[in-house]
Amino acid sequence: MAPDPHDFLAVDAQLSAEERDVRDTVRKFANEELAPNVADWYESGDLPTELAKRFGELGLFGMHLSGYGCAGTSAVSYGIACRELEAIDSGLRSFVSVQGSLAMYAIHRWGSEEQRTEWLPKMAAGEAIGCFGLTEPDSGSDPGSMRTRARKDGSDWVLDGTKMWITNGTLAAVAVVWAQTEDGIRGFLVPAGTPGFSARAIHSKLSLRASVTAELVLEGVRLPESAVLPGATGLRGPLSCLNEARFGILWGVAGAARACYAAALDYSSTREQFGRPLAGFQLTQRKIADMLVAVNQANLLALHLGRLKDAEQLQPQQVSFGKMANVSAALEVARTARTVLGANGITLEYPVMRHAANLETVLTYEGTEEVHALTLGAAATGISAFR
Amino acid sequence: MTNIVVLVKQVPDTYSERKLAAGDNTLDREAADAVLDEINERAIEEALVIKEANEGEVTVVCVGPDRANDAIRKALSMGADKAVHVSDEALHGADILQTSKVLAKAVGTVEGVDLIIAGNEASDGRGGAVPAVLAELLGLPQLTHARKVTVEGGTVKVERETADEGITHLEASLPALISVNEKINEPRYPSFKGIMAAKKKPVEKLTAADLGLDGEVGLANAASTVLESAPKPPREAGQRVDDEGDGGVKVAEYLASQKLI
Ligand SMILES: Cc1cc2nc3c(=O)[nH]c(=O)nc-3n(C[C@H](O)[C@H](O)[C@H](O)COP(=O)(O)OP(=O)(O)OC[C@H]3O[C@@H](n4cnc5c(N)ncnc54)[C@H](O)[C@@H]3O)c2cc1C
Repeated sequence: MAPDPHDFLAVDAQLSAEERDVRDTVRKFANEELAPNVADWYESGDLPTELAKRFGELGLFGMHLSGYGCAGTSAVSYGIACRELEAIDSGLRSFVSVQGSLAMYAIHRWGSEEQRTEWLPKMAAGEAIGCFGLTEPDSGSDPGSMRTRARKDGSDWVLDGTKMWITNGTLAAVAVVWAQTEDGIRGFLVPAGTPGFSARAIHSKLSLRASVTAELVLEGVRLPESAVLPGATGLRGPLSCLNEARFGILWGVAGAARACYAAALDYSSTREQFGRPLAGFQLTQRKIADMLVAVNQANLLALHLGRLKDAEQLQPQQVSFGKMANVSAALEVARTARTVLGANGITLEYPVMRHAANLETVLTYEGTEEVHALTLGAAATGISAFR
Repeated sequence: MTNIVVLVKQVPDTYSERKLAAGDNTLDREAADAVLDEINERAIEEALVIKEANEGEVTVVCVGPDRANDAIRKALSMGADKAVHVSDEALHGADILQTSKVLAKAVGTVEGVDLIIAGNEASDGRGGAVPAVLAELLGLPQLTHARKVTVEGGTVKVERETADEGITHLEASLPALISVNEKINEPRYPSFKGIMAAKKKPVEKLTAADLGLDGEVGLANAASTVLESAPKPPREAGQRVDDEGDGGVKVAEYLASQKLI
């Protein structure tokens, strides 16, 4: 049998029954409930509030965590879900990444038993949204330079500072905020409504518009000792969470790339110029072939890293490899697909420009492409060029 | 407490090209992607709704080859509690009567059944007779083509809807068999917790011999045989109506002539 143009290397034949069921469920949900609306959400720069509940019912939030209302799937199943969501839009996958891999993972991995039982079940159900505040106006790639401070006052903590570019910031019932203390960086759970804490939406984004991004302001925010995540001290805390989220990203972008390739393949076979379909021109076929290779390589890489993760052998440097390689590949595919669609390619009627624009954010957040290159360079040479 | 059996079938995906096998004119199951028939998803949804309101247990019963595992797992991941899977090479080519007999025996292995729920017809064979035949074999009242179902105490009420007769209201005492149509509900998506739980739910595998039907089933014993089949003819060009102010009327007349309205 000829290879399937939509899964050329039959990567999905390697999936277990559970992983296939997760794929089929998310794909159906995404096609029925997300795809028809995503262009509107993108244009309005907003997401409907019911979405969190719907995601929660399916079990998307913290799906690969165990206990506390989480489904406890394999890491590959989590990756597949990210891939199918991001095939629709990176913003939707970001929603799930931030909730599950950043906010919930931080509490699951580093939180106290009380913090876990208080927050995780309602976050898994989508009844409480979480956000993750690491980046600041003056501290991005170098989070160790953060200025947000937490100081002890009796048995309380008092936090001051500003966090920037925080996904889901204005939707969140709880913010995981990272701050400098005398003992190094620590994580705090800041419930919305705590006096001195506010979130302001960032508008005018030209990328990741189907996602809410905010600035968090902390002015003398007083928290009890029980608000600190007891397990984490130092950058290791936030970096462990980012590592989880990057794993979802390296899968997700394989979905975005696939969607762009599929759109270009479909368009090129129906659009005619010079008396034949675009797909019949050698230059177009070169593009199709390049996209086909890139999409399938991204999928293979994601599955390989997923299997390593399920075997508890995945190293952070390998996650950097996956994030750097797959995001760059997806961006290239999106740009190429955009050219195949000509003028139609720049509209919201087709998904390619939206994906291309989204992937510019994905290239930057969760460790920029340059920082991942520096990580790989350091891993290969043994010489750190940046820290 | 309602003890419900849902009949489920794995069918070729309606999106893929469906064919009969060249040798014996039986369904070519390898040629197409196989899925849980959508009407069965609705049957399961209805069973789950009844179970959630009245408590109870939902058992899915499936007759089909080993790969029908996938369809059964989907039913379990939606929330059914357990399954009975009759799988046997000897069943290849079974007709409606045989399938109903096998189902009757398989349902008989489930204790204390109050309600059997089926789809009104499978999207592959489209015979639509299995629910009625099965009800006869089991001596149960049949309430078919239901678009609405209510179970209260020991009775079941349905709104039956067919193209010819419109809507009729039926009522029967339990145990009973119902079949549902597309309007009955919107089936839920399986949740990931459901998918994880499905792996651990019991699936009892049975053969024709286990059910005492050895030698009675399969193509050789079928009451009906497909002698030949032909691909459907290419679509004819549509009929064009020019709107001279009466376009709406003409469209309505056309739809009425086709019995569509
Ligand atoms: C839509 C969106 C959502 C986001 N969501 C979140 C969130 O939920 N939580 C959160 O904490 N953050 C979030 N971020 C922030 C994101 O993680 C940062 O933007 C990212 O870490 C980069 O930081 P920066 O923007 O300050 O860029 P900078 O660090 O200032 O980098 C600017 C450029 O300089 C390069 N550069 C920096 N250092 C070096 C070096 N040593 N050598 C070579 N080049 C270098 C970078 O690679 C980049 O190209 C989000 C960002 C966006 C756009």
